[in-house]
This record gives sequence, C-alpha cells and structure tokens, in this order.
Amino acid sequence: MYFKGKAHKFGDDVNTDYIISGKYKFKTLDMKELAKHVMEDLEPGFYQKVAVGDFIVAGSNFGCGSSREQAPLAIKYADVGAVLARSFARIFYRNAINTGLPVVECDTAQIEAGDELSIDLEAGVINNRSKGTLIPVKPLPAVMIKILKDGGLAPHFRKHGGFNFD
Amino acid sequence: MGQTIIEKILSSHSGQEARAGDIVVAELDYVMGQDGTAPLAIRAFADLGGKDVFDRERVAFVIDHSAPSPNEGVSALHKLMREFSREKGFKLYDIGEGVCHQLLPESGEVGPGSLVIGADSHTCTYGALNAFSTGVGSTDLAGGLISGKMWFKVPGTIKFVCNGVLPPGVYSKDLILYLIGRVTADGATYMAVEFTGEAIGALSQEARFTISNMAIEMGAKAGLMEADDKTFAWLRRFTSRKFTPVTADPDAVYTRVLECDAAKLEPQVARPHRVDNVVPVSGAAGKPVQQAVIGTCTNGRLEDLRIAAGILGGRKIHRDVRLIVAPSSRRVFLDAMAEGIIQTLVEAGAVMVTPGCGPCVGTHNGVPSDGETVISTANRNFKGRMGNSNAEIYLASPATVAASAVTGKITDPREFI
Repeated sequence: MYFKGKAHKFGDDVNTDYIISGKYKFKTLDMKELAKHVMEDLEPGFYQKVAVGDFIVAGSNFGCGSSREQAPLAIKYADVGAVLARSFARIFYRNAINTGLPVVECDTAQIEAGDELSIDLEAGVINNRSKGTLIPVKPLPAVMIKILKDGGLAPHFRKHGGFNFD
Repeated sequence: MGQTIIEKILSSHSGQEARAGDIVVAELDYVMGQDGTAPLAIRAFADLGGKDVFDRERVAFVIDHSAPSPNEGVSALHKLMREFSREKGFKLYDIGEGVCHQLLPESGEVGPGSLVIGADSHTCTYGALNAFSTGVGSTDLAGGLISGKMWFKVPGTIKFVCNGVLPPGVYSKDLILYLIGRVTADGATYMAVEFTGEAIGALSQEARFTISNMAIEMGAKAGLMEADDKTFAWLRRFTSRKFTPVTADPDAVYTRVLECDAAKLEPQVARPHRVDNVVPVSGAAGKPVQQAVIGTCTNGRLEDLRIAAGILGGRKIHRDVRLIVAPSSRRVFLDAMAEGIIQTLVEAGAVMVTPGCGPCVGTHNGVPSDGETVISTANRNFKGRMGNSNAEIYLASPATVAASAVTGKITDPREFI
C-alpha cells in the first residue's frame, strides 16, 4: 500500500468526540454526511481543507474515548488517506483496521503541518519529502496484517467463515 | 510464573495459556450493543455474511444513549434495532429500562470470570464484578454476534494498590479521578489495570462500579477487581447462578505497580476539557455553574442518588442552576422512589429524566448554552461532549455535584456533611 499527500497536524489525545461529535452520529448511517463534520470541534472547516489522500498527523493516544466506529469511517469518507500518530487508543486502532482505514504508528514529531509525505506501508517507511527525511513505521501485529490483507474483517469472515489466523 | 486476572480469564476462554503479548481467539460469554453503535453493527453483520446470532440468550441490544428518540433520524435507527433483534430472537432493552452498564450487571448474566464485549467504551464497568469486559467497535461487535468469539492481544497489567480508607465526603469517584490525573489519559493504553487494596475492599459494590467504569479514561482495556463477599451478595440479588472468582497469583507479573494513600484524599474535580485535568475541589471551588447533572453509567446508581439526596434534603437548588437527574435503570428509579429519594430530589428542584444516559452524550435532555458551565457525575468532559463545544464541563462525585447545585458554584461537599 502506497500513499501520498499533505500533513494536517493535531495534538495529543484527540478523542472520538472530536473526530465526530455525538450530536451527529446518533442520527444517521450516512457516512458521507457525517464526514462533513469530521474534526470540526478542533478545526472548523477541516472537511473543506483536506484534499483526497491527505494525512491526519497527531501525537499520542489518537482516537481515545468512545468506541464509535463512526470515527474511523468519518475520516475515511472525508477521503483522508491515512492517520499517522505516535500512538493510538486501542478501540480506535481495531476499528480502523476492521473498516480499512490505514493507521500508522510512527514518530510524528518529525512532521510539520503542510509537509508532503509519501508512505510505503509494505516497506514500513515514511518519506517526508518536504524535509528530505525517512521515518520508520512501527509494524502491525501479524493478526492485523492478515485482516488487512483480506481487506478488513468483513471480507476475512466471508473468506474463512469466521476468524482464521492459522 | 503466575498469572494476572486478565491472563487467567483469557486462558480459560481460549483453551491455551495466555500471557501478556500473546494473541488469542477467545469465547465470549455475552455480547452487547447500544443505539450509538448497534445500527452500524447491523450493517456490518450483513457485510460479514451473518445469518443468526451465535446464542440468543447471550446477546442484547440496549436503547439508552438517545432515548426516547429526539428526532426522526434517531427514530429510524431505533426501529432498525428493534426489527433486527425481533427477527434474530434476542433481547432488546427499550427506552426507559436504563443504561446498558447497569442493565447487564442487573441481568445476572455477568459475574466473576465472565468475558464480555460491548460496543461501548465503558463496557469495562463489569471489571468491578471480576469480569473481563471491554469496549469494541461495531465491526468487532458484528463478528462477536455471529461467531461468539473475538481475537485479543493479551495485555500487560498495571496494579493500583489503594491503601487506607476514603475519609467522609470523599467517594470512589474522587479516587478514580485522582488516579486518572496521576497516570494521565493514555497512562494505561493497551493495558489492563487491577484495583486492589484496603480502600477498594472497604467500598460498596456500587461504588466499585464507578472505578472500573472509568478505567477506559486512562486508556485501559479492562479495570479489574477481585470478587469478595460484597460482590457475591450484590449478585445474589439478581441471579442464583454460580460464578467462580478469579484471583491474581501472588507471583503474577505486573508491568507497573502504583500505590496511593486513599485516607489522605480530598474530593477531586476534573476540569475542562480533559478527564485527566484533575485537581482537589479547592482548585476549582467558587466557579459558577448553570447546570448540574447526576446520573450516567458512572454515577447513576441508588447509592449515588442517596448521597445526593443526603445533601439536597430540606434544601433548594440555587436559582441560577438546573439540576438534571437520570437514574441508571428503571429498577434504580423504583428503588429510589420507594426510599423517598426521588421525592427529596424533586422537592429540591431536580428535573428527573428517563433512566438511561441522560445528557452525557449531547443528544438530548439538557444541552448547555454557549459560555455555560456544567458540573456532572459523568465520565467525560471533552469539548462538545454534551452537544455544545462552547460550554465547559467539570466532572465530580454526586456529593460535589449536589453541593454545587445548592450553592450555584463548585463546592466542597464536606461543607454539607
């Protein structure tokens, strides 16, 4: 998997209420509609600013708080290419993999807002083309690679009739 | 080498010796979804190729987050949940029955040694019953509904040893807020925590739920306690089922052990907009509040309402404050009525709303206005959490919230005891 785009920076502990507020998510299953409000409490108008394939780049504990799967889905439907963070909250991390939103654990202090990045997930490296630096990516657990290779949990289940990590 | 509580529960449910760092596929005892997450899970259920749930007796949906429905969008999703549960033949708790995290323990289906997933981050609440219960998203929920299984990475465990006994006017909510402030919002990410020590043993079972409930606010996957006589006495009110308690081995390996002296603790408050922005109540005292909330899966139990009534009895709330009370279940509501607690609260000026999540998630039941300050017994004070990103939320115990409702400003409840 290869991605290219611009960095949009956020801080530590970005919770799922900030990613998509409860006042929207209870009303609809239309993720394109929810995507219009993604990150708006932290950065009003974020949906308008983000170009297809751009990256959310954050500090530690990204996606903490509620278990809402609308959070990774709203990011995905806003056409964000991947989320890069120093660390992720575990429920968000699982939800992202299950729904096919790439999540990348790496040292995001080396990335500034507006930096042009390219990411090669197989090779496990980020090229910060604005700074001319290479940033290593923390590899995913083997189970998650298996789920991602099948295309998410739904295709994994359809293919194997349940969990199959052998 | 000994095992922690979570290693033992994951061992017994996966049929292999589970150690921190291992990946296991474990059998689930119970699977739950609520109205913020179940609709997406129903969609994922079809996407995963699901036909039936794995066991109708071990699955439930709860309509609690936005109940009764405030608009037609929510109504459509509630209808979807009702139709799905009827078609598949499993239990749905409809509006007014209560918060999922009160209803599951009251159902008698969860107890020591159980393994439960719920599509709600505060599913960790049942750790107070010595169960490994954890929050998941909608796709994992759908996988659990179909297969009765989920994969887990076995977490390491942080042990909190809480020495001493909490002084009067200081409650389990103050203790957990203090601990979160100390380790921060990501202090236990990817980890389980065990709460032990004299202070935990001295707490009632109801007070213990408050602590396990907020384990997620330090990032934890589970907030476990050992079961004792109080745990079993509480369970006997709801079920005759036999549960086998799970204890940590004396030589279990912990990632970290942290001690605290509960006897020296003061009432605590989490300031906006972070749960780990915690100070003793004196650090926030005097701040005017316009709304006070007592309820939620953290502090809406009978004991919480009783504590609030103890302060509000014979008093009136301040003229500039709205006090909203949401009992955590219909049973709690009825018990509180029988005890005269509801009479006391309403006479003091409280507004009773439907047993359920109340205004906590910002969908209804008291969305604050711009520039207003709320003090709440809930577990989250994120900006916008209650539906308005221009309002501020402070978190505190039911006693501190009740005292603040009387004075109109954040107040140390010990002034009333």
